[in-house]
Amino acid sequence: MIEASVIASPILGVVFCLLHVIVSLVHTWSHLVHQIQCLIISSGLLSKYQNINLNRLRHLAVVIDSEDAKNKSKVHQLLCWLSDIGVKYVILYDIEGVMKKSDKAYEKSSANPSETKCMDFAPNMPLIFDMFGMTVEIISYTDGKEAVAKGANYLCSNYLKNQDDTLNKLGPKFTEPDISSALKAVGHDGPEPDLLLVYGPARCHLGFPAWRLRYTEIVHMGPLSSMKLSAVVKVLYDFSKKHQNYGK
Amino acid sequence: MEKNDKSMITKAIGHVSFVMRKCLFGILSIGPVPAHIAFIMDGNRRYAKRHALHQDSTNPGSGHRVGFKCLISTLQYCYEMGVKYVTVYAFSIDNFKRDPQEVQSLMDLMKEKIDELLTEDSVLKKFDARINFWGDLQLLSEPVRLTAKKAMDMTVHNKGPVLSVCVAYTSTNEITHAIEASVREKQENAPIEVSDLDRNMYTAGCLEPDIIIRTSGETRLSNFLLWQSDFAHLQNPNPLWPEFSLRHLVWAVLEYQNVHGYLKKRKGEIEKNK
Repeated sequence: MIEASVIASPILGVVFCLLHVIVSLVHTWSHLVHQIQCLIISSGLLSKYQNINLNRLRHLAVVIDSEDAKNKSKVHQLLCWLSDIGVKYVILYDIEGVMKKSDKAYEKSSANPSETKCMDFAPNMPLIFDMFGMTVEIISYTDGKEAVAKGANYLCSNYLKNQDDTLNKLGPKFTEPDISSALKAVGHDGPEPDLLLVYGPARCHLGFPAWRLRYTEIVHMGPLSSMKLSAVVKVLYDFSKKHQNYGK
Repeated sequence: MEKNDKSMITKAIGHVSFVMRKCLFGILSIGPVPAHIAFIMDGNRRYAKRHALHQDSTNPGSGHRVGFKCLISTLQYCYEMGVKYVTVYAFSIDNFKRDPQEVQSLMDLMKEKIDELLTEDSVLKKFDARINFWGDLQLLSEPVRLTAKKAMDMTVHNKGPVLSVCVAYTSTNEITHAIEASVREKQENAPIEVSDLDRNMYTAGCLEPDIIIRTSGETRLSNFLLWQSDFAHLQNPNPLWPEFSLRHLVWAVLEYQNVHGYLKKRKGEIEKNK
């Protein structure tokens, strides 16, 4: 029995590695196909990618891994692309708030600094500014669950102030619009993105504010270092063709 | 005699499949196995349409019946693999907007299937699993609500894995409910913290999902586990839910194993900073 397990373990280990080699091969193949698609898009051969209808895309979010987000020039390049395509509102998110600390870099490196108006950096608050006619909102992990806790405290203090009210004697009763109003009151009332692009090693939203993610389409773009304009164009085109039932 | 032969062959095939699955899961467990997988079971109606099942006004739930069979087999595979928590998005609050006949058919199906899950030869009994129902259960019809409560009471002391069924559920409703409960608790001047909200979520006491799988290739979460999915690997395989099989589950775990180190690192960094 001992001999059987001694023989079996390395064999199982080899099979395990083989399975992961197959996964890597499939990823490599998908990546190749994607590169070819991007090449065709960037060549301009397909007219459908030239004029994308962005009517349904009111707000776009971009989640960037914090390590990738330290590459300010890449982030700035991405913002320029999005502005050129015609996106009107971008929400930039990274978990550690690297981009919040870097907002002045986007201001300085824009062609016309007067086109960017920045607010002062506050780590627990969203940062909003205009860039090339596009509104940019920068948020981080503290704008998620902690913001909801702030909203809860706002509702709690209002509830306790009105405790003599007959309705309140039945206990607190809040609706989703109440929560949205509370989030607005505490300065965390950003819009829900229609589409969210994830730049990083995994398709994971890394703590993007939950209240704003209800029906957001989430697409994984790979590492920021290998970002391509044609990949962004493809995603926006695919989004323009999407149909949602909203539960119906 | 023929029937006996057939049933012996079926049993033998079942045993062989079980042994092969055990080997396969043994191989997978060399890497990290997710403790919690959540499923958005999307695609039942499209499956019924595609396969021309009797999805008409007299039987709008035919796709969902096939979907339920897939749920049972997926549960079995997950529990055999060692997944401790499985959560499924069975019915959203938004789904009440559907045709009333379809909604009623779904409610009837849910009651029927909950009763089935409590029988002796069900997958829950086999694994001594516990069942939870998460959502605003007051929105359900009384027969379904009572059946769900009965199921939770009957399995509350089970020591095995956990099946959590999100029904009459949305994440924003869950967050609202958690805020209400947190405000109700607060008497003194101490502020409400994130930990208070965590404690009042329907999911309190359950690990956060490692993987959230939405079938049919759709890329949104549709108001499912938004609060709990900070570090979940989001996957959207193309097969419709009734087509989701063992090989898709194995692939999902392999994909998760590829990114597990990265997600664990990011999660650890946030928890260190709390």
